[in-house]
Amino acid sequence: MVDPSRAAAEADAPVALDVESRHWLGALRGNGAARDDAILRLHELMVRAARFEIHRRTRGVSDLAAEEADILALETADDAVVAVLARLDDFRGESRFTTWAYKFALLGAGVRLRRRAWRGREVPLDHNDWPLLADTGASPAEEAETYALLGELRTAVEEVLTPHQREVFVTLIGHGVPIDVLAERLSTTRSALYKTLHDARRKLRAHLVEAGFIPLAGEGADR
Amino acid sequence: MSEQHRARQRLERLLGPTGPELSCDECFAVLDRHVEAVLSGRQADEAFPGMREHLIGCPACAEDHASLVELLHHEERA
Ligand SMILES: [Zn+2]
Repeated sequence: MVDPSRAAAEADAPVALDVESRHWLGALRGNGAARDDAILRLHELMVRAARFEIHRRTRGVSDLAAEEADILALETADDAVVAVLARLDDFRGESRFTTWAYKFALLGAGVRLRRRAWRGREVPLDHNDWPLLADTGASPAEEAETYALLGELRTAVEEVLTPHQREVFVTLIGHGVPIDVLAERLSTTRSALYKTLHDARRKLRAHLVEAGFIPLAGEGADR
Repeated sequence: MSEQHRARQRLERLLGPTGPELSCDECFAVLDRHVEAVLSGRQADEAFPGMREHLIGCPACAEDHASLVELLHHEERA
C-alpha cells in the first residue's frame, strides 16, 4: 500500500479555510444555540446527500418504497452527523466543508443500499462455482483462451492462497458479492477485506507470471 | 488484438491494478480532495499517488467516488 503521507503531500502547506467552511467549523465547535442550529443544518445537508444517493442508486428500480427510502435517508443522516462531529478535527480545510461532510453520508447510504440488496440472500462462499467468470459476449476463440487462463487462475487460487484469502477472492471476484456485504457477514471492515483481496491478487499474479501465463507487469508490481 | 491478448486482459481485470495503491481507509481520507481536484481540472492523480489504482481495483470506493462527483455536479446545477 502507498505511504499515506505521500498522498497527503498536497496538505503540507497551510490551507486558508473558505468563508463558508470557517462558519461551519466555528459553529460546530462552538456551543449553545448556534451549535444546535449548525447541527440541524448539518443534518439537513446529510439528509439531502443521502436522498440524492438513494435516488441515484435506485433509479429505475421500484422495489424501494418512498417510505423506506425516507427511513434509510434519515438513518444514514443520523449516523453521518455523528461521524462528522466525531471526526471534525480531521477536516483541515483542504476541500470545502460540505464536500468533506458529504462523503460520510454517501458512504453510509452506499453501504446500506448494498447490504439491503443482499438482505436475506446467502453469500456464496463456495469456491468451485464462479458464475461471474462465465462471461458472455466474447468470441468462441476468445472464450477458449479465457477458459484456459481461468483454469490456471482456479488452480492458483487452490494452490497459493490461504483459506481466508481464497474465501475473500472467490466471494468478491468470482461471485461479485459487494465488499460491504461480505464485511458485514464476516464482522470485519471494507478496508481489512480489501487488504486481503489485494494480497491474494498479488500472490495470484506473481504465480501466473512465474508460470508464464501472463507477462510481467510494469515495475512496482512487487509490493 | 489477438484472442489471447483479450483473454489476458480479462484475467488482468480480475487480478487488479499492478501499481501501489491506497487502502480503502486511505482512499476515503482523501476522497473529498481528490474529487474537488478532478472537478477543477487539476492533476488529481498526480497529487494523490495510488488513488487511481485503488479506484480501478475497488468497485465500492469507485462508486463512492462517482457519487461524490455526481452530487457536486448536481449542487452546481441547482
Ligand atoms: Zn476501497
